[in-house]
Amino acid sequence: MSAAEPPREYRLLGGRIPYVEGPLKVTGRAEYTDDIKRPGMLVGGLLRSPWPHARLRAVDVTKARAMPGVYAVLTGDRYPTPFGVLPITHDETAIAVGKARYIGDIVAAVAASDERTAEAALAAIRVEVDPLPEYADPQMGLGPVAEPIHARGLAGSNIQKEVVQHFGDVDAAFALARHAIRVRGNFAGVTHGFTEPMATIAEATPDGRLTVWSATQVPHYLHRALSEVLGIPMHRIRVIKPEVGGGFGGKSDPLPHEIVCAALALETGRPVKIRFDREDVFLTNHGRHPTQNEVRIAADAEGKILAYDIQAVIDGGAWSSFGTVTTYYNGVLAMGPYRVPNFRYRGRRVYTNKPPSGAMRAHGGTNIRYSVEVALDELAEAVGVDPFDLRARNALPPHSTTVNEFRITSTSFRACLAASRSKSGWDGKFRKLPYGEGIGLGAGFYISGSNSPIHFTPKMPQCTVHLKVDMDGGIAVHCMQADIGQGSNTLLAAIVAEVVGADLERVHVIRVDSDVSPVDLGSYSSRVTFMMGNAARRAAEDLKGQLLRAASELTGHPVDQLVVGHERIEVRHRPDRSVSFLEALHKAMEKVGALTATGAYSSPPMGGTFKGARAGTAPAYSFAAYVAQVRVDAETGVFQVDHVWAAFDCGRVLNRLAVEGQIEGSVHMGLGQLMGESMNYRTTRLMNPSLLEYKILAPQQMPKVDCLLVGEDDPEGPFGAKEAGEGPLVATLPAVANALYDAVGVRFYDLPITPDKVVKGIEERRRSGRAWKGE
Amino acid sequence: MSAPLKVRINGQPIESPCPDERILLDLLREDLNLTGTKRGCDLGTCGCCTVWIDGRPTLSCLTLARSAEGREVTTIEGISPGTGMNDVQRAFVEKGATQCGFCTPGFVMTATALLRDRPHPSREEIVRAISGNLCRCTGYTKIIEAVESAASGGTS
Repeated sequence: MSAAEPPREYRLLGGRIPYVEGPLKVTGRAEYTDDIKRPGMLVGGLLRSPWPHARLRAVDVTKARAMPGVYAVLTGDRYPTPFGVLPITHDETAIAVGKARYIGDIVAAVAASDERTAEAALAAIRVEVDPLPEYADPQMGLGPVAEPIHARGLAGSNIQKEVVQHFGDVDAAFALARHAIRVRGNFAGVTHGFTEPMATIAEATPDGRLTVWSATQVPHYLHRALSEVLGIPMHRIRVIKPEVGGGFGGKSDPLPHEIVCAALALETGRPVKIRFDREDVFLTNHGRHPTQNEVRIAADAEGKILAYDIQAVIDGGAWSSFGTVTTYYNGVLAMGPYRVPNFRYRGRRVYTNKPPSGAMRAHGGTNIRYSVEVALDELAEAVGVDPFDLRARNALPPHSTTVNEFRITSTSFRACLAASRSKSGWDGKFRKLPYGEGIGLGAGFYISGSNSPIHFTPKMPQCTVHLKVDMDGGIAVHCMQADIGQGSNTLLAAIVAEVVGADLERVHVIRVDSDVSPVDLGSYSSRVTFMMGNAARRAAEDLKGQLLRAASELTGHPVDQLVVGHERIEVRHRPDRSVSFLEALHKAMEKVGALTATGAYSSPPMGGTFKGARAGTAPAYSFAAYVAQVRVDAETGVFQVDHVWAAFDCGRVLNRLAVEGQIEGSVHMGLGQLMGESMNYRTTRLMNPSLLEYKILAPQQMPKVDCLLVGEDDPEGPFGAKEAGEGPLVATLPAVANALYDAVGVRFYDLPITPDKVVKGIEERRRSGRAWKGE
Repeated sequence: MSAPLKVRINGQPIESPCPDERILLDLLREDLNLTGTKRGCDLGTCGCCTVWIDGRPTLSCLTLARSAEGREVTTIEGISPGTGMNDVQRAFVEKGATQCGFCTPGFVMTATALLRDRPHPSREEIVRAISGNLCRCTGYTKIIEAVESAASGGTS
């Protein structure tokens, strides 16, 4: 649902642009990895560890290898080169080497003629182990342990990464403070819950090449990992990304099974498919880190923030994944959208014998921002000001620098506050609704593309876009950006069409294929609109220049008198003098044949020079102020979120349909984490590895969502745009928690907030003799 | 081995040497290459594998292929008019009701059956009808809008 839409300056951009692949998806004709079959294709199967932590004494595959229909059996020693999404923390292997580190770790793999034979072969593998101590709680791994999960753990502990930062003088600020708020949060792990289970197909051919089709958000990082682990130069590997059925960060690491699949294809000379069932997906996880944090906020008498003092211990599970980044983000993403003059943070990410944690939508920002926004709600109450006024008082100004040297350019945070306050009717509702009903505010801040590429060699742009136009007039767009459902193909096509004046149907976004797609780093860190958008615009400007020069030859008017119209190039103020798109194209092609054009984007230098200064730097940031309205049944603790007013600053809106879709989906996912999603462990064993037991919200539980898009143009974003993929999730959770407080007078610091916690909270409040809103 | 399975799929009579334990979803996807029907959870929780049996939305991952013996199975391929789209499909595209698209065939099967039986459903009826289908991308908002739009002839 949208408010009245502002007038548009562009023919396509800013409108509601249906997704270009929509007709294929609604008819079942879109091709996902598991829909692909190759002649002679084998089934790949994985043997997973039933032990949380065990030394592998022997993996005996003799019997399995001898079975009819079994083409290959692999163990960890065949391809032991470690890998991982971050070059600084390569601690994964395709198949466990030496020891198994969680229930679900891959200890052997087979390729067989069919699924049954593969299962029988896996059952015939004998694994002998020495069990090792099991580490379920990150607190157990903060000091030296008997058997560190990885040799790289800090000083004999299970600490994978420790971040210590201090800017300004936090202790001095607390000494001066009139108000000091402290909250401690405890957050269950949650997982992405995309509907398409992972799948990979690999085929090695006699020409020395390897082709891999995979459900991935990061085809380029997969390409690199395959090359490193398998020892094959990148140019002999071809990575193809078919349609991907959702990712949300869960497909943003190169994953072990992708490498195993390729290894099986190399061993057998036959195409091999590995298809996950839902339990495999849960065991692969890479979801949001289970988190324990503490936030202390110092403020003056007016509620002006003087300092943050933050600690976080996050549960990394068995591997590093993006964890080093997560450790930084749990501190540095706490600050915006506010000015925080003094800041101290200690974050530790600890290995445990659980499925690995990784990047999940609003990676690193969700849990810490929840704690901060709940703390600010408490601060507003302590100061005696409205939560909106408190936040406005502390808002980061545009074109400023944070204490940790983040470069802030555009921010429409104040406009977000104004919009959600007025549209929600806040002033007539806050603390005025009857007992059991409540309204709350939460704010958001997120990176619009990580400024740091993950790899620094070779030095290259973060995104490159190529265009090719032949005499048929179709514009082929090549780019390795990974559309995983967010609409990046559509945006790519629309930007090109907008700039060159073409109809959208002229533009064909070619499926990601490393043989022809120039590198884009992938769909993570909300980087695609900003980086790909700029690269696409530059490529299209290049093509436009070629068309204008040809039109100049045809019309006899200099290029600076020509403008692009719809499917034509016109002489300014002379609509009678124009040439069609095809006339200009054909003229331009006379000597060179099919036209090609290129554009690239590299983010500008930014950030401080201290250790870790790059973490969290981004060429722009999104901002949000959400209001949620809830109804609580105080007897059962069941609550319903009725309405969310989602004021969001993504700069200029390029595709209104997609931005609304991202906000509505983010509200759904954020509410899921708040209301009940939880990776439940008995020590290290995941107890709910299915969508039957891990509940994502049903349509009945969705609130009405008003998307209030109030951003102003960003100076560096494509046409002024910023991200809308992850930031929209962040503000959802604290807005609801603060609304619950308004409804029943209970603070909730731990997620998820299940009905039993609501009932318990109300009982405790009553026992303490504190009445709420005339209850 | 039992006798071949005889079933009509998308209007065509099919005979398949179908083992008794074969799941309908596997018959469709693996044996007949009808890959528009998706496998999401294998447990009947996500609705991605929804097909019709004798016109009734059914989870093909929880259905033995043999139980469709002599009956009419309709898949997303069966309701898609050749190179075009039906009204529900067109509404899903126009309203942005499909993002990653993996759940979409299941939703389209459910919604098309709903509108066939209840051409003008209330919002509550729509929500109830689609409550067996999971979508992780859209928050269902635009899916509900698309069904409402299709019900009103694409005018809303």
